[in-house]
Amino acid sequence: MNLQAFLAMLGRDGRVARRNFLPLLLQNLVQPMLFVFVFGRVMTTSGMMPESYKSLLLPGIIAISMLLSGLQAVAFPMIADFQFTREIEDRLLAPMEIEWVAIEKVVAGSIQALIAGGVVIPTAWLVLGSGVQISFAQPFELIALAVLVAVLAAAIGLTLGCSLGQAQIGIMFSLIVGPMIFFGCTYYPWSALASFPILQKIVLLNPFVYASEGFRSALAPQFPHLDGYVVFGGLIGFNALFFRLGLRQFRRKAIG
Amino acid sequence: MDVGIRIEQLRKVYTSPPPVAAQVRGGPMTGVKFWKRPEKKKYEVVALDGVSLEVKPGEIFGLLGPNGAGKSTTVGILTTRVRPTSGQAWIGGAEVWQERVKVKRLIGVVQQKPNLDFALTAREILTYHAAYFGMTADERQARATELLDRFQLSDRSDQLVTGFSGGMMQRLSIARALMHNPSVLFLDEPSTGLDPQTRLLLWDLIRNFNAQGHTVMLTTHNMEEADELCHRLAIVDHGRVIAVGTPGELKRSVPGGFVVRLQFDTIGDALLAQLRQIQGVTEVQQPPEGGLDLYADRGGTLMPHIVNAAAAAGATIRDVHISEPSLENLFLHHTGRSLRQ
Repeated sequence: MNLQAFLAMLGRDGRVARRNFLPLLLQNLVQPMLFVFVFGRVMTTSGMMPESYKSLLLPGIIAISMLLSGLQAVAFPMIADFQFTREIEDRLLAPMEIEWVAIEKVVAGSIQALIAGGVVIPTAWLVLGSGVQISFAQPFELIALAVLVAVLAAAIGLTLGCSLGQAQIGIMFSLIVGPMIFFGCTYYPWSALASFPILQKIVLLNPFVYASEGFRSALAPQFPHLDGYVVFGGLIGFNALFFRLGLRQFRRKAIG
Repeated sequence: MDVGIRIEQLRKVYTSPPPVAAQVRGGPMTGVKFWKRPEKKKYEVVALDGVSLEVKPGEIFGLLGPNGAGKSTTVGILTTRVRPTSGQAWIGGAEVWQERVKVKRLIGVVQQKPNLDFALTAREILTYHAAYFGMTADERQARATELLDRFQLSDRSDQLVTGFSGGMMQRLSIARALMHNPSVLFLDEPSTGLDPQTRLLLWDLIRNFNAQGHTVMLTTHNMEEADELCHRLAIVDHGRVIAVGTPGELKRSVPGGFVVRLQFDTIGDALLAQLRQIQGVTEVQQPPEGGLDLYADRGGTLMPHIVNAAAAAGATIRDVHISEPSLENLFLHHTGRSLRQ
């Protein structure tokens, strides 16, 4: 480990992110906010959904925004770097073990995911209007959760980014990320799947479930949610899995 | 400070298509073999087949060979980006696979394909690179200013590199490789795609770096570049070293020096015998693609004798090509193929 090189790479990613701040913000925020507006505002105001749905939706939206922004922040540059721009070669030649280049990317992606989460909370709250009931009574749980979700997002991004090529980006969204969002308990609690017992078991293989249910338990505990131990166990387990998988794929791409 | 390169019996066999580190522009890899197994075919590419070399400190050393000869793989291994299948190599005293971090401190690398950071300005590309190597902010800025100036990029230093021409990108790539004061500079096909003027500038830059006592290893399939720039050369083909020496030595090692490539309507033993008897002809070879190659001590003045020999053997000359002593002839002599093919 070479801390100087590691920090310099973080600095480089920070500089690039600041330069692209607005496009990045829009990329990460527009879609979740549309969902918030349509489901949280239009449907509730028109009376098709109960007012309480706002508070159920918000934790899921935070989870999804963090996951997507962290995932994209790592996966997209990785795909481009290894396939076209080869920008990463300069970092692979820096005087430290190449695994740290991947770890740095995960850290940078996690920071981006945390920022996305921090921006989404007030923005979504604003869009939802009055009637949102969320609590910040468990700040430490919330922070631990946010960090675990952020790292998970970036680790999934590393795995996908080092496994797929440019031609498969469309497939990645329609076949991997899409189902993960819709079966990720983002727009409904896990307990709502009780009438689909098999599906309810299968979605437990989806790491997004633990993120949405985790934020639900921390911010809106009045709704049914997965137990805290299950949430933290799932997040830690998936973090370890994707981190190892991502590093393995990264090594394969980086070394001939 | 004096750092050389030593390579012992390097072999590299790719069992899957090579990743970024060793991809070759253009031509297919050599030696593609599909070993027949009972159930499935196995992909195997022998890129390096037992290469041994020694590059002295302070030398400009060239690897000359056609596309797919194994040049980029050799550079890939020496720059820690490709894992050797067997064999070892050292930069100075550091083994390239066992002591990768140490090796990376010693080397500067200019890759074949441009790999500049498109999200950064020219100056930032240099300063971030220097930061990876632990230089202080003041050192980085001073060195970047100096190199941007020397490489004639000062007026574009604060622009993103997306709009840069090929020559500018190549200059910036070299400047970046020099930012951390490496002892050995690797350049993979440095002049590919450059106009003649930029190529001359590039050669000057390489010579200047070398004049400070540093070692340079470059790959090229350009004979002029190999001849003009390199102190010593290794000619490689199909993952093997065919010949090593100074450009002069190598050229002198071609029998006779001149090559007369001839095409006839028919080639028989009588014709071969007649041609071998001509004074000044040292060797007659039949290259795989047809015709005859005469290695001789002169070129044009041999023609009347060749015409007479052909007439005596009852053969008609269809085409003649005479080449002066060159590295091209050396490659032709060893492989029966032209480098340009």
